[in-house]
Amino acid sequence: MTNATAAAPRPSAGPVEGSALSLKDLTVAYVPGRPVLKGVSLDIADRSVIAIIGPSGTGKSTLIRAINRLVTPNSGSIHFKGQDLARLRGRALRAARCRIGMVFQEYNLVERLSVMENVLSGRLGTLPVWRVWLRAFPKHDISRAFDLLDQVGLAGFAAQRADALSGGQRQRVGIARALMQDPDLLLADEPTSSLDPKTSVEIMELMTQLAGQRGVPLIVNMHQVDLARRFAHRIIGMSGGHVVFDGPPDTLEDHHLHQIYGGEGWLT
Amino acid sequence: MADLSRTPSPSDARDDGLRSSWLARLGWLALFAYVVYALSILNFNVARMLAGLANAAELLGRMFPPLFSRADLRELMFAGLLESLQIAVLASAVGILVSLPLGVLAARNLMPAWLSWIARGVIMLCRSFHPIIVAILFVKAVGFGALAGILALIVASIGFIAKLFAEAIEEISLKQVEAVRATGAGFFNMLIFAVLPQVNARFIGFATYQLDSNLRNSTMVGIVGGGGIGGTLQAAFGRFDYDFVCAILITIIAMIMIGEILSQRLRAIFL
Amino acid sequence: MSGPVAIAEREWTRFTPAQRIGRWLTYLLAIAAVVWAVRTVEVIPEFLLDAPQQVADLFRRMWPIDWAHYYQANGLGVHHALVETLHIATLGTIMAAGLALPVALLAARNVTPFAPANFFAKLILVSSRSVNSLVWALLFVAVFGPGPLAGTFAIAFRSIGFVGKLLGEALEETGKGAIEALEATGASKANILRMGYWPAVRPAFWSIVVFRWDINVRESAVLGLVGAGGIGMVIDTALNTFRWDRVALALISILAVVLVAEVLVTFVRKRIL
Repeated sequence: MTNATAAAPRPSAGPVEGSALSLKDLTVAYVPGRPVLKGVSLDIADRSVIAIIGPSGTGKSTLIRAINRLVTPNSGSIHFKGQDLARLRGRALRAARCRIGMVFQEYNLVERLSVMENVLSGRLGTLPVWRVWLRAFPKHDISRAFDLLDQVGLAGFAAQRADALSGGQRQRVGIARALMQDPDLLLADEPTSSLDPKTSVEIMELMTQLAGQRGVPLIVNMHQVDLARRFAHRIIGMSGGHVVFDGPPDTLEDHHLHQIYGGEGWLT
Repeated sequence: MADLSRTPSPSDARDDGLRSSWLARLGWLALFAYVVYALSILNFNVARMLAGLANAAELLGRMFPPLFSRADLRELMFAGLLESLQIAVLASAVGILVSLPLGVLAARNLMPAWLSWIARGVIMLCRSFHPIIVAILFVKAVGFGALAGILALIVASIGFIAKLFAEAIEEISLKQVEAVRATGAGFFNMLIFAVLPQVNARFIGFATYQLDSNLRNSTMVGIVGGGGIGGTLQAAFGRFDYDFVCAILITIIAMIMIGEILSQRLRAIFL
Repeated sequence: MSGPVAIAEREWTRFTPAQRIGRWLTYLLAIAAVVWAVRTVEVIPEFLLDAPQQVADLFRRMWPIDWAHYYQANGLGVHHALVETLHIATLGTIMAAGLALPVALLAARNVTPFAPANFFAKLILVSSRSVNSLVWALLFVAVFGPGPLAGTFAIAFRSIGFVGKLLGEALEETGKGAIEALEATGASKANILRMGYWPAVRPAFWSIVVFRWDINVRESAVLGLVGAGGIGMVIDTALNTFRWDRVALALISILAVVLVAEVLVTFVRKRIL
């Protein structure tokens, strides 16, 4: 079952040398003394799709959120574009976040705003307050937002309110919002967990394709091993706050899965 | 515990039905006893009621027809009404403008605890007294006139709008806020794009409700010297000019109804 | 920056032109109203300059608080007035509940499917709410003379609109099923009301009444300013004799009672709902 999708198309650009993002000994504890993430180190290359898999509560989400500092790490470093994100605060942190797009599990669109406003919210980090208040967005931003809506397949939806869309459509808006930031890195926290299988594949295809076109590394966190095998260049398996597998999809064997998820009843 | 295993018998059900209806009857009886007791304490009796009824009949007789014809009284009335309107408009404007930031400051999910406690303290202080009592204190502080009324109603508006606004903000979805934060948005951009859209409709509801409320209250702060029609009305009562009282009351009710229709329109435009 | 512009320059605005015009007109109206009010309102600036001294004077006169005035054997102290205030609020609420019940029945379109009756009931409710309780108090002082009777009636008449409106809405939300079932058994109108509607709206009814009682405790505290009994009369007397130390005592007492009432109401509402 897990191997059945191995023949699916992949973005042509494989992993290349030179790391865009480098994590060292990253530790996060929500409760002092009980870390969720226990000293994770990773190097992530330009232009690659990385899938993080693992059981719930193992720190996948925390890892993703620590990178753009929605979660503050207790120790360790996050080197990205010559900066240690773990040390940034205030304005510098927000400037760094501007360069990192994020797609969420439950889309996290501002429900009462239009699709267009949600996409444009990707520019909020760079715009002065008065422009945001008056919705006086620069013309080229609006034009780019329309292009992005075309690319994610939502041409003609600009004026709709976000809460009128289906799950798949909302996630497309979420992707457009992240790309609106013109990011150097794309993060996706379980982007398909709230979607049906068919839509999940469509969303993954869209994300990997758009990230590939832009040459932006994509780190995606997921439950579905088959989707990870099909779309990722590299799979990172996590268990109990540690990285227990790190390699290309074809080297991921059942015994690794056993190690990641524990037990094997679910495999059959 | 042992009772659980017992099978309920028909008599149990009958007991239950009886007991609850007995409790209800006891409750009604207690209520009745209280009413009798309170009436006697306050010296209410049939004779006073009857006398009151006679007075009421006479009062109604003297109220109609309402006196709109005397030009000097009409002028007095419209001057008072205009002042009430000014009080309501200014109190609402300032109250809404102050409540916006104060409500945000008081929301515990957006602000550090110490700051939100200070803001909540200010709101609580504004809510602690009836607007009329606040008006009395302001009349002492800034003298008789519209200013005292305006200040009193500003306090009342802040107490109402800011409190409910803060509560509305505390109920928003933080996921939407997180997503906007993740784009690198600063605090104010986050506020405008992620918080306000979620509470906008409710804020407008609170504000228009308070606008109506201020309009009503602006007709009474005058009773304690806070300006507006209230002073004129009380004076008319004092001089037993009940036909003029009636004219004032009709005009007040008309003004309040127009105000309510207007604020409904306002709501429709912004929602 | 944005590459080839020529074709892709699409316009986006947040609102349709009609919405925009509506908003601009409202803003304009609001600003015009405020400007008008600021320019025409009569404020005496000299009074404002004086305000800090007046406030200082206020606090100086309030301190020390005249605690001895709380209980006076002749019944003119704060204690008796406070008890009277609570009676006014409670009696007024009970009376309002009784009076509001028939009006609410008339106002609910499903209970009384007769449009003129609905309209008449709504008219009563709106008039009750539009007249402030202090104004009602002025009226009833003229009817009954000064004292708590006028206050009780003022509270009751002001509350009819509130209780009746909410109760009418609760009645209109009653599900059709149970009512139809009763009608099918051939039950009389009175029995349908008692066995069908009453159980459905009972929690809402008590919750509305208790909520209004809380409001009435606050309102009845000021009715005395126009002679309608309660603690307001103590404040009025103290104001007229410049005894701010007694005003302070009365205010503190009101605050305490209001707080206790609020706690009580929160507790009772939790039990009901």
